Amino acid sequence: MKTYFIEFSYLLASILFILGLRGMSHPETARRGMHLAEFGMVTAVMGTLLQREIISYEWIIAGLLLGSTIGLAMGVWVPMTAMPQRTALSHAFGALAASLVGVSEYYLHGAKLGEFRIGALGFEVLLGSLTTTGSLVAFAKLQGLVPGTPLIYKGQNIFNLSLLAVTIICFVLLFFHPGIAALFYAMLALAFVFGILLVLPIGAADMPVVIALLNSYAGLASAATGFAISNNVLIIAGTLDGGSGFILSIVMCKAMNRSITNVLFGAFGSVSETAVVTRAGEMREANIEDVATQLAYARQVVLVPGYGMATAQAQHALRELANALEERGVSVKYAIHPVAGRMPGHMNVLLAEANVPYTQLYELDHINPEFPTTDVAVVVGANDVVNPDARDNAKSPIAGMPILEVDKAKLVIVLKRGRGKGFSGLENPLFSKPNCEMLYGDAKDSITRLAQAIHGA
Amino acid sequence: MSPETVIPTFYVFILAAFLGYQVISRVPPLLHTPLMSATNAISGISLVGSLVTAGAHQTTVSAILGFIAVVCSTTNVVGGFVITDRMLKMFKRKAAPAPKKNAD
Repeated sequence: MKTYFIEFSYLLASILFILGLRGMSHPETARRGMHLAEFGMVTAVMGTLLQREIISYEWIIAGLLLGSTIGLAMGVWVPMTAMPQRTALSHAFGALAASLVGVSEYYLHGAKLGEFRIGALGFEVLLGSLTTTGSLVAFAKLQGLVPGTPLIYKGQNIFNLSLLAVTIICFVLLFFHPGIAALFYAMLALAFVFGILLVLPIGAADMPVVIALLNSYAGLASAATGFAISNNVLIIAGTLDGGSGFILSIVMCKAMNRSITNVLFGAFGSVSETAVVTRAGEMREANIEDVATQLAYARQVVLVPGYGMATAQAQHALRELANALEERGVSVKYAIHPVAGRMPGHMNVLLAEANVPYTQLYELDHINPEFPTTDVAVVVGANDVVNPDARDNAKSPIAGMPILEVDKAKLVIVLKRGRGKGFSGLENPLFSKPNCEMLYGDAKDSITRLAQAIHGA
Repeated sequence: MSPETVIPTFYVFILAAFLGYQVISRVPPLLHTPLMSATNAISGISLVGSLVTAGAHQTTVSAILGFIAVVCSTTNVVGGFVITDRMLKMFKRKAAPAPKKNAD
């Protein structure tokens, strides 16, 4: 009877998780969906606590209390701009949990587990461990603890791939000789090291793909745990998470016209290629008053945010600027490139935080036809996603990447922190086009001054 | 484990993968960040495995590993759901009236 109750709680949780994610297909239904998923989680945990194997509760209660405290603190206080770091960290936690359950299972039962469980356990520990350290490196890069630039050395790909091969050989040997514990722990250690080496060479601009990919691995590690302990709700939830991460990484790759292999192993060569680009003309610097006048008398203005908006925390100021323009009857739209920022959907969340209604946020395909009739396009800390070289220059490293075609607007104002190149180190011919003017300095400061000038106009 | 018990788990996996593809593909790019934190919270269901490891108390080592796993998964579940809700609350169709509108 009790077993039926427990299994039923898992079934209910699985249904609620799926319904919850289905709610995510629209902003209006998303919150309700998440409440269903939360209820599902509580149900599954309640069911688990009734299991016969659980004989003492002190570790459980301590763990639940400590985890809830940390989770709640992070949930309430992490600022929206730090969402990429937070996400990377949570992938590390999820993967570590899966990995530790696997280690404990092997430690307790060893060869008695049988082939199938050893296989599942191997996947769990392999994916779990490399995701743990990989995500921690991603976290360190996004948090600025280590430089965001790719860390490259000679023979890197060969070394990394050999390391992965050795790790997989350990796994295969373990499958046939499950009694040799040294193989298991060697695999564990190698997977930890491989995770670090996998993410180190990847630059900050490629982080959206990496985060999505690590999300996928963390989910698959959970699903493998489900196989190892024969638990269907774990398989279902892990697969949903893994699938979601995989779909997101494909979306991100398409938005950069690159393959996943190229992102993971393509750090090579990108440096030398960039040097060949020549400068077409001089960049022109604008001043606040002129730009304010042009904005104030425009009919349509499109704002294009990038990672620079996040670093300058300029989303609220941008909203103020939009308010000032809308009060004068100017139509304001926001153009969001899928890889703008450091994780999928990063810009949308920041603008939503600044109270921008989501009906004003436009995706690539919907906003590009509007640029020719746009009077002023304001680029806030975005670079590669508006680089016309991706469209015009087949030799460019980002050739073929879909871009926001701001250069077709009557006037482009680019807000940029410094005169140097962007994160990717690529020259951007947009900046020297005749319809483009540069506004240097801190984006938040410039935007605030623009808004004030417009109020005065 | 016998094939009779192994095969059904693969059915569950494959069907979940198909269903996941259908459901996730319908999520608009607008909500991709909340989606990621939501799936992350949901996959914190590995808590179910961690709880058994921590509570079965077979050896001290396994209990400690289980304890750390419980802490990690609970952090993800609680933190993930709280942050997702915080984000989703912000997505509005119409702009809320600005609270401080006496600056000029």
